[in-house]
Parts: sequence; structure tokens; C-alpha cells
Amino acid sequence: MSALILAWHSDVAWSFRRSPVAVVSLMVVLILVLAAVFAPLIAPYNPFDPASLNLMNGFSKPMEPNAFTGDTFWLGTDDQGRDVFSTILYGMRISLFVGFTAVLFALVLGVTLGLVAGYVGGWTETIIMRIADVQLTFPAILVAMLIFGIAKGVTPVEHRDEVAIWVLIIAIGLSDWVQFARVVRGATLVERNKEYVMAAKLIGRKPGAIMLRHILPNVLSPVLVIATISLALAIIAEATLSFLGVGAPPTQPSLGTLIRIGQGFLFSGEWWIILFPAVTLLVLALSVNLLGDWLRDALNPKLR
Amino acid sequence: MNRNSEATLSVRDLIVDIPTRHSVLRPVDRVSFDIAPGEILGVVGESGAGKSMTGNAVIGLLTRPAHIASGEIWLNGDRIDHLQGEPMRRLRGKQIGMVFQDPLTSLNPLLTIGDQLRETILEHLDVSKDEAHQRAIDGLKEVGIPAAEERIDAYPHQFSGGMRQRVVIALALCAEPSFIIADEPTTALDVSVQAQIIALLRRLCRERQTAVMLITHDMGVIAEATDRVAVMYAGRLAELGPTKDVLTDPKHPYSIGLMGSTPLASAGKERLTQIEGAMPRLDSLPDGCAFHPRCEHARERCRQNPEPRLEAYQNRAACWFVEDLYL
Amino acid sequence: MSILVAVRNLTRIFDVSKPWLNRLIERRDKALLTAVNKVDFEIEERTVYGLVGESGSGKSTIGKIIVGLLPPSAGAVEIEGVDLYREEDDAKVDAVRSDIQMIFQDPYASLNPRWKVASIITEPVAARGGDTTDMAEKLLEQVGLSARDAGKYPHEFSGGQRQRICIARALASEPRLIVCDEPTSALDVSVQAQVLNLMSDLQDEFGLTYLFISHDLTVVRHMADKVGVLYLGQLVEEADRDTLFDAPLHPYTQMLLEAAPKLDGFGREATPPEGEIPDPINPPSGCVFHPRCPIAVERCKVDPPELRGVGKTRVACHLAETSRD
Repeated sequence: MSALILAWHSDVAWSFRRSPVAVVSLMVVLILVLAAVFAPLIAPYNPFDPASLNLMNGFSKPMEPNAFTGDTFWLGTDDQGRDVFSTILYGMRISLFVGFTAVLFALVLGVTLGLVAGYVGGWTETIIMRIADVQLTFPAILVAMLIFGIAKGVTPVEHRDEVAIWVLIIAIGLSDWVQFARVVRGATLVERNKEYVMAAKLIGRKPGAIMLRHILPNVLSPVLVIATISLALAIIAEATLSFLGVGAPPTQPSLGTLIRIGQGFLFSGEWWIILFPAVTLLVLALSVNLLGDWLRDALNPKLR
Repeated sequence: MNRNSEATLSVRDLIVDIPTRHSVLRPVDRVSFDIAPGEILGVVGESGAGKSMTGNAVIGLLTRPAHIASGEIWLNGDRIDHLQGEPMRRLRGKQIGMVFQDPLTSLNPLLTIGDQLRETILEHLDVSKDEAHQRAIDGLKEVGIPAAEERIDAYPHQFSGGMRQRVVIALALCAEPSFIIADEPTTALDVSVQAQIIALLRRLCRERQTAVMLITHDMGVIAEATDRVAVMYAGRLAELGPTKDVLTDPKHPYSIGLMGSTPLASAGKERLTQIEGAMPRLDSLPDGCAFHPRCEHARERCRQNPEPRLEAYQNRAACWFVEDLYL
Repeated sequence: MSILVAVRNLTRIFDVSKPWLNRLIERRDKALLTAVNKVDFEIEERTVYGLVGESGSGKSTIGKIIVGLLPPSAGAVEIEGVDLYREEDDAKVDAVRSDIQMIFQDPYASLNPRWKVASIITEPVAARGGDTTDMAEKLLEQVGLSARDAGKYPHEFSGGQRQRICIARALASEPRLIVCDEPTSALDVSVQAQVLNLMSDLQDEFGLTYLFISHDLTVVRHMADKVGVLYLGQLVEEADRDTLFDAPLHPYTQMLLEAAPKLDGFGREATPPEGEIPDPINPPSGCVFHPRCPIAVERCKVDPPELRGVGKTRVACHLAETSRD
């Protein structure tokens, strides 16, 4: 790695070492992400394999042998006898996949539009930023539900479950690109007038090359921060949509779907079915958010 | 070392430290000088030489983690280097006037200049409101603002850059301070306006017997405005003496280089003398004399011993071989 | 000697009005700022042409128009006889453009912080698909840096060293004209001397032509062969260096020279100039300098003076013949 990246990273690394919150958050996030990625290897059961399910195991309490089968489940089972621990691992996979992909989608869209708006200016900028303004007046969840509803209307019934995840990603991504676009546009407006950009124009570089090779690398720090914080928001948005029943289908349950399933049993005493997925969601979103907060402080030279 | 009882401001062996995570930086190192009533002392040096840091230390405006590590600062016979918080703030308002490079940051954009002048006068002088208003108008007239009676109710943004700097000077003077610090007061201004501001500062300081510390990087301003000049290099005083002597007959090798590299208005296209290299960064100061790596006369002694200390009120350079250089 | 750059009747007007909705509500007309007003001069090959003026005089705008960063509103820029903005043959324009380079004022903003020095320096050549082997190293040594610096990033250099890198980049495409916009205003005196000396050396070595834009009279006097003085977008006086500095004809030039702080001006009690630069959106009628001019007569308030030859000087003043008395 180059000297600049090293030096730059060493400052960030230093501030990282001095922030216990950041260290713990990063560890928690890493553990959760690894657990999700390697879910098939870690999970004691495959909750999506009907053959491995035994309805007799339904409603097992955590850490107690089942009255009929004698099997013990760490975090208990749900009504169909699925191991809650395993469903959480698999559910986290869906949640994280949707979260990451949605943020990536929002990032690419937002950064591109922000760069173009900031660099080209004029009517292009006006149109892009007015669309962004209009979008901001709708709550993100509403936008996502709208897109979800439209998608549901145009997809044939038999494909709905397959496309559900991708509709979810697009819905969350589309409701989230605005902040990327705004920040990148602002940073681009500053960079655009710097003399190194003039120097590049002067030698006849095309606008595309200037935006991509000169301006983009200089506006990425704030994007990184927003992306991290957006990840937490996207995971929560996904859970919210799934909880409302417009997200991940029960055949591919995410954490939100699990919470929705669990709330049906909350008042009948099977508290573990909702509690453990909910706690997992909380810990995941909180750690990612704390990490984002720390990153913002570490990359903001004014606060350092 | 004894302080000079005649002087308005006496600074003795001032050291400013900035602890960092790697080491302790020393942007101001054993600086001593006096400013007499009615005298303008110029502090000149390149960026990073410690001239603004010295100024900020004197008026108690160092921002943490920078702090005065040792040394004494006396203003009108009182020691002020240990003052902090409210006493320092009161002292600054009453006895010290401040003029900075950017007049916009020195003025509150939300208040009219009249409000700001009256507020400062009322806080520091025992006068009635009407009298404060009259004094504010007089102050504006004195710094050459036309139609002061009407313009006193204008906001800072309604003035041009040069007029704004005049307002700042009026504000700095309105509590009748005995000492004014002017940090690059004309750097942001155009040549023609700069000349006006310098003439104004000089006239006011002479009339009121105010001591002025004028910090600038512009040798021309130093020549025209100051009585004595202190040349700073890497946080230390390299040379201190009457302006004319230092500029026409510099003694320290750095001052000599500095004069040679300044293009003279009266000279033609011949090559400028240049000092090779650049000022060392604070975290990599050389041992011995700070200037020795760039000095063509450097000898063994310069590499090992720190440069000799400059006593205040002495026209000599902080160099081991001042006498030798001219033999 | 041949003429390398000819600036003909150059005018640049900026629209500085508020958005149309505000104008509609506040019932205001469009606000137009004439940054450059019918400026006309020529630069001979292998000479240094100095442009001086205070803020708002349009000197930087002229520089940007000449290098092609900003189109003029009227008038023309001819370089090697090719009209930069009217020539139809793109190949010709491209060839001329590769002969022009620029050095900027702020050495901290003019180098992309995320690029290595080698890529920065060779970009002008790389952008045109040229061979850049060992080029950065060679250029770095020519501007007094070390070949090893090619692999570093800009933040590892001081202001003066960065300006050397900018000069190396400007030299990469082997230009004939380099426009220098306040190249040393951000530098300390001792570093400024190093950079000015380097620029002079390179001029001799490569036969360069400089357009040297600055507000600093002493620096311009040190560098330039011929000097043009701008006031509110207009060229008010032009002469070779010694004539201009020894016998300025325009009252503005006289005022500027008088006001500039002098190294030997100990305790000088010169009367400072009157007034400040007027608002460029509503410039004064007639001669733009008349409200501040100590010798203005009735005619100056109504009749804008043309640039005309008086002795070896071109000057825009009705009273140029008597202004020195």
C-alpha cells in the first residue's frame, strides 16, 4: 500500500485503538457477519429443510429438553419445531444481504447522480436535486412500500417469493440514495473549483475522466461514513418492511420476518420466539451505528 | 533577566509547548522582547516561524493543547502570563486591542458596528450610554470612516474590506488600550488600501502612545510601519533591532538571506539570492542552532550548541559568529 | 521576434444575478459584471509579460481565457496565429492548446491529493497518449527535486516543493507559453526567491514565454519584460518594465507604485491613496478611475479614454501627457 494510504490509515487506526466503543462494535459486527456467512456450517439445524423438522419439537423452551422428544434447543423452537438459533443465523444472512446490497445500490446511484449534478451543474443539477428533494418529503418506508406494491402488482404469483428479496433491495436502495447524492454533490462543488481540476481541464481531459479519476477519490470519505450509518438504517428498514409483511417471505425469513412470526406468540407465553431475533437485530443495528459514528468522528478533521 | 520598567510590554524567555501524541512541539522557544509606549515592534518570519503563536501567547489566546510552558509576560508592570479565564478576558478588553487578518471574523455579523463599539466602551470605561455613543462616533471618525453618524447603525457586511478593517481598529482602540496586537492586518487587503491602514495605525499609535506588536510576513510593511523589528526563525528570535539597521545591515545569516531574497522595487532583473532548503518542521528541529543546516557559514559549534540567546533591547543576532562573519 | 499571443479586444461578462425567481419577486434586472473590458495586448515569444492589478481587476480571468478554461464574451485570443475560440480545425486548436500550460496560485489545491507525484506530472502527456517512461523523474530533477520523489504523495511536500511539482507538470507537455497566475503569492519570501529563480532558469533553458499575473509590483518588476496594468477590467497602461516603473503615465499606476510598501521606505509618510476600488457591477461613468483620480477633469467623467500611444507607452488617460507634472 502506498505511503499516503498508510499514513492516513495510521491516524484512523490510532483513533480506533483509543475508542473502546469502536473496538467492541467492530468485534460484534464481525462476529455477527461471520456467523451469518457461515450459517450453514454453524447452525445445528437447517430450518428450511422440511425433512429435518419435527413438529413434535414445537414450542420447546430455551435450554430445556422437549417434553416429547427430549431434544434440547439453546434458544428454543417455534411453533413448527424450527430451532430459533438456526433461524436467527439464517435470518441474519437475509437481513445482512439485503442491507449490504441495498446500501451498495443506493451508494452507486447516489454517488453517480451527485457527481454528475455537482460537476455538470445547470439544468442537469436542478433536475437531479429537485427529484431528491421531492423524494425526501416521503418517509423512506413509504417509498419502499410503494415500490414493493408496484412490484407485487406486476410480478406473476409464482415468482413473487423469488423476486421479493430483490424488490426489497431496490425499494430500500431507492429510498436511500438521496443522502449520498446530496453529500457527494456538495463535496463535488468544492472540489470542482480547486485548481487541480482546472489543471486537468486545461490539458483536455474529458469530463467523465475528471469526475472519475480526479474528483471521485476526493469525495469518498464522507461516503464511507454515510454508507456505514445507512447500513444500520437499511437493516432496520428491511426488518420493518418484513415485519409489516411486505418484505422477506416466510420461506426466506429475515430477522424482521422472524419478529413478525414471533409476535403472534408473545401473549401466549412463548416469549423466546420473538425475543432472541429482536435482540439480535438490536445488537446488529446498534453496533453498525456506533461504528458509523466513530468513523464519522475519525474522518472529520475538524473534530479530531 | 530583569524586565524593562519603562516598557509597556515585556516578554521574558517565553516558551510555548504543544504536547502531541508523539512528542512535545515547541513553537515558541525562549523569546524575549520589550515594546515601549508609542513604539511599533514588527515581528517578521515565514509561515511556521512562531510569530502568530507568540502573539497569541502574549494575549492569552493560545488554543489547547498549546500552553505557556515557562517565561514571564509583563504588561504595564503587571505579570499577566498566568492569568486565565475572566481576569484575562477583562484585561484583553481593557488594556489590549486586537486586529486580525480577516476583519470579518473579528466583528459579530449580527450586531451593528455601533452596538459592538458601545458595548465594548460601556464594559471597560465608566461612562454613560450617551457618552459611549458619542465616543463610538468619535472613534469611527478617527479611523477615517466617512459619515460616521449614519454608518454607526450599519452591519459589518455593509462595509468594504478596507472599511471593515478600519472598524476593527476603531473597536480595538475604543477602550483606550495601552497595547495593540495586529496580526497580518493588511494581508487580505489590496495595495492601495493597505497603505491607508498602515498610515492609520502609525498615526494612532503615535498620538496615543500605544505600544503595537505588528505581526506580518511582508518586509515592505515592516520597513514602512515599524520602529524595531524581531526576525523569527523556527520559534526563536534570530535578530532583533531597529528596523532600519536590521533591514539595511542584517547580522544574522538568516536575516541576510531573507533580505537578499526579497525582490527590491528599485532593482532590476538580476538573480535573487536564495536560502537553500526550507524551514525545519517543529517535529524535526535540528540539534544546535536551528538555522545551521541552511547556513553557509555553519561550523562545528553551530551543530552542537544552541544559538546564543538574544537579550531584549539589543541589536545583535542570535548567532555564534556574528562578529566573524563581517571581519 | 515573433508574436506568440495576441489578445484582441477581449471582453468577458459574468452573469452575477440572483436566480430568476428572486429577480421576479424583487423586480430586479439581471446583474452583469464586466470582468474584462476590451483588453488588447500582444506577447512576444521568449519574453515575460506581466499583468498587474488589484482584486477585481480581471487579471485572473484573462489568464483563464488565454489557457482555454473560460470562453470570452467577445474578442479573440490568437496563439501562434490560431484563433483559439473561432478556429474550425480541431487538430489545429488541439496542437496550440498543448503549447499552453498554467501554474496556479495555491500549491495546496493545484495537486490532486490522492495522486502520486509521478502521475500528476505526467498527466498532460499521458492524457494525449504520449510516452511517459522516466519522464517524471527527469522533470523532478529539472525543477530541483529528487527523482525519488516521484513515488510520493503531494502532502509530503512543503508549499515551495509543491509549486516545483506544479512547474514540472507544466513543463511535461513541452509548452511554449506558461500562464502563471500569482505563482508565488502563497509562498514565503525565501521560498518565493527559489521559485522565481527556477522560473527564470527554465525560461532560458527551454525558451519559454510567460504571462505573469500578480498583484505584487516588486515581483512583477523582477520578472517581467513588459508590463500591463489593469484597473476594473481595463488595460489602463502598458509599457516595457523600466519605462513603466520609472515613468508611469497613468494616475492609477502612479498611485499603485506610490502606495506599495518599499523596503527602503523607513518611516515613509506618504499620503495614502484616496478611496477604494468601486463596485464592478456599477462601474463609474467615463474613465473608471476618475472618482479616485487626483487630476481628473470634467471630461474624464463622461468620456472613457482609449488606449493610445504616448512615447513608448500605451496609456488610457486623457491627461497622459501632463500627468507626470
